[in-house]
Amino acid sequence: MRPESLLVPTPAGLCCPDGGFHIDPVRRVDKALITHAHSDHAKPGHGAVLATRETLDLMRLRYGDGFAGTTQAVSYGETISIGGTTVSFHPAGHVLGSAQIRVERGGLVIVASGDYKDVPDPTCQDFELVPCDVFISEATFGLPVFRHGDIGAEIAKLMRSLALFPERTHLVGAYSLGKAQRLIALLRAAGWDRPIFLHGAMEEITHYYAARMDLGELRAVRDGAKGDFAGAVVLCPPSALGDRWTRRFPDPISCFASGWMRIRARARQHAVELPLVVSDHCDWDGLTRVIPATGASEIWLTHGAEEALVHWCGTKGLRAKPLHLVGYGDEEEVEVIEAATAAAAPDAPTDGSATDEPA
Amino acid sequence: MNRFAALLDRLAYEPGRTAKLRQMTDYFRNVPDPERGFALAALTGALTFAHAKPGLIRTLIAERTDPVLFEMSYDYVGDLSETVALMWPSSPSPGGGGSLAEGEWGGVKPQTPASPITPSRTASRSDLPPPGGGEESTPSLADVITTLQTLGKAELPSKLTHWLDGLDETGRWALLKLVTGGLRIGVSARLAKTAVAALGDKEPDEIEVLWPGLVPPYENLFAWIEGRAEKPASGDPARFHPPMLSHPIGADDFSTLEPKDFIAEWKWDGIRVQAAAGTCPDGRRVARLFSRTGEDISASFPDLIEVLRFDGAIDGELLIVRENRVQSFSVLQQRLNRKAVTAKLIAEFPAHFRAYDLLVEGDEDLRDKPLTERRARLAALIERLREPRIDLSREIPFADWDGLAHARANPAQVGAGPDAEAIEGVMLKRRDAPYLPGRPKGLWWKWKRDPFIVDAVLMYAQRGHGKRSSYYSDYTFGLWRKGEAGDELVPVGKAYFGFTDEELLKIDRFVRQNTVNRFGPVREVTHEADQGLVFEVAFEGLQRSTRHRSGIAMRFPRISRLRFDKPPGEADRLDTLMAMLDAAEQTPSSGGRVLDPAAARTGKRKGG
Repeated sequence: MRPESLLVPTPAGLCCPDGGFHIDPVRRVDKALITHAHSDHAKPGHGAVLATRETLDLMRLRYGDGFAGTTQAVSYGETISIGGTTVSFHPAGHVLGSAQIRVERGGLVIVASGDYKDVPDPTCQDFELVPCDVFISEATFGLPVFRHGDIGAEIAKLMRSLALFPERTHLVGAYSLGKAQRLIALLRAAGWDRPIFLHGAMEEITHYYAARMDLGELRAVRDGAKGDFAGAVVLCPPSALGDRWTRRFPDPISCFASGWMRIRARARQHAVELPLVVSDHCDWDGLTRVIPATGASEIWLTHGAEEALVHWCGTKGLRAKPLHLVGYGDEEEVEVIEAATAAAAPDAPTDGSATDEPA
Repeated sequence: MNRFAALLDRLAYEPGRTAKLRQMTDYFRNVPDPERGFALAALTGALTFAHAKPGLIRTLIAERTDPVLFEMSYDYVGDLSETVALMWPSSPSPGGGGSLAEGEWGGVKPQTPASPITPSRTASRSDLPPPGGGEESTPSLADVITTLQTLGKAELPSKLTHWLDGLDETGRWALLKLVTGGLRIGVSARLAKTAVAALGDKEPDEIEVLWPGLVPPYENLFAWIEGRAEKPASGDPARFHPPMLSHPIGADDFSTLEPKDFIAEWKWDGIRVQAAAGTCPDGRRVARLFSRTGEDISASFPDLIEVLRFDGAIDGELLIVRENRVQSFSVLQQRLNRKAVTAKLIAEFPAHFRAYDLLVEGDEDLRDKPLTERRARLAALIERLREPRIDLSREIPFADWDGLAHARANPAQVGAGPDAEAIEGVMLKRRDAPYLPGRPKGLWWKWKRDPFIVDAVLMYAQRGHGKRSSYYSDYTFGLWRKGEAGDELVPVGKAYFGFTDEELLKIDRFVRQNTVNRFGPVREVTHEADQGLVFEVAFEGLQRSTRHRSGIAMRFPRISRLRFDKPPGEADRLDTLMAMLDAAEQTPSSGGRVLDPAAARTGKRKGG
């Protein structure tokens, strides 16, 4: 059978006609297999959802109890037969519960990897290499200039700034699901034992993580008194940086943890004072390490800079093509756009607890 | 090199002056000699070596990367050094090793993935950097600079390659900035010296005074600042002397001052400089021109340097004088903007030195003497020099404050004649005052001419930086003109100061509640005839400009008042400014710039 018949790109997302399911559909479908809980991959309103326990829990936290008709939790490595196909979920190393989905029929194996990274992350299971015939890879950071480097050095940069400016709040913009909790874990490992403050938008998800791992003392910004924020680390969604919400903090330093911070113009565009190159996606070296290692002879690329990776695959004798799936993006970008649209009409604060006037 | 690269990286993103200072002082405190001294030399622009050309950098990267991938990357990043710094294939680091097999990459191994994090080790490593700042394969800044200064052109490519191999992304970026010349990270030489001074509670002026006698890596300077050695001797005959500065005069001040105690001079709109010259013990002549902050700007003005044939130090103003007419600041700016000082530039923009004060003559320090005595000595010295490029700043005769006010408002009629365009007010100096560095109270006053004002309409607002990052504090304002479909507003300028903190809050609230469009960080604000916010904008002058849609550029615009009471329809029209310019262009020395109200009868001057 041709791989193009096993998984077909459609406007709703990647579709498996034999199994009657979609992977990470962007429109409402009957049966959805979901790689991870980021909002561009996990939409509410599907008939039945198959995903890891953590992904289902995180979707419930975001969308409420009725986010899907029925749900079924799957463990990593467990095989499930759906309409003549065999599917299984494998750790993707992206965020808590994130999975690559392996689809097999008649000896043909396709792996849809969702978003992934192959470097260690204390808040989720390590990426597992799944041999396959066709590997579907993201290309978010698909240019050789994206090299995320040593994350320890980035955390050290933040620690050094905290020591140099002990009276200023270090306001760290980080995506609410995954990035924020990874930063907390890394800061704890680096010896930062003061309470870490959370923006209202990331409290619930962080407490979900904290029930599964030690993240130290976490406090809500809204419960903090003015004096608590001197020299404190405060985590917030990237869209809250520069918001009026930040006026409660003493002389805040605007930090942003993202793979995009590798590019100076990007960091300046966000008026970031302390860019931290921390990404939950593979960098170029990771992509070009993983892709050949899967043994796949054919590579399908989704969201990002596919062109450069298609070229690179060509130089390695790998057949590669972009899938042109619509609707996926980098979750940070998605969030910034969503926040801008939401705030466009009335000037609503991004945090429900935030007051309008500077405190 | 890694510590220096980390410093540059942080400085490049840091908007605040005090935070920049703290970053630098921290660096100078924790990095040993000679590394920090070379860093100081790099930050102050005190290094001379042949810079690497972009072509060389391109060749090196082309030998190592796929050309298609390079072009895509360069196109995305937009900056050659940065693209190369990021793409440069790293050598395998010891102790690396990822979870997966490594692929081949153009004969060079790809960067190994980040090793599992051992944060406690990372943190302690960063607290106590090894001397020179890096692992063995990492070049130190001292290595790089001393090598560059002696390296032959042919050896540069292989040396540069070797260094790039030993550095990480940030290190490579810093190295490429250094070798291609121009760090451009928003740090002046003065600021770097101020950071050094802060190591030992010294005044930055003390360093400026010593500076001409010092050479990288400045070990004697650091030893003195840290209290480990005597102050380095300054045997330099053309030293900088920290200048005396004035206070703006307020309306209430006049009643406490006696006109007869003061002399008045025009406040010339050039650059305040100090000319120092002398003879070394070995008979060599030295002449230098310093900026107000002590920066040596001699290289930009060889035409003036060659006529500084005196022994001493003179405080004065640098001006451009053509056919005996002092040109406006915008003309001087055209010379300042050029990097290369060519014979043509010197001929077109002849530099002139107008002397205000004599600080040192021969071996004699005159700064303790009263102004009248210093001026008499200065007048005699200039008389002896007989140099057309150097003259004495003349006194303005006045009997009382009203008389001086008249002169200030009409410089063309009170002795300045056609030079009035280059006057930005008057100076008052106490006759008996010694020359004291800094800004002593009550001795020197500046009484600037009133600014022009115009009522303009807020059109766009942008968030500020640093402390102002949550405020819409940068404003684009416009004036009315006739458009195809009736009157329309055209942007004429930008301003981001002049208002109080309280006013900022009011404007910020107005912007948020009246946004009609967003373009990235910029908001378009309602600006209709009956809806919108009017600013009273003060400015110092006007120039024609092809870069702006309105065809004009304002000098030094700022918000002087908020006019919530005024409907935007009643704001001023572009024609008003155009008429001011037309009138100014009738005055030959103005360079098309408006400053003199007499030349721009249609313009309003605040209070004048």
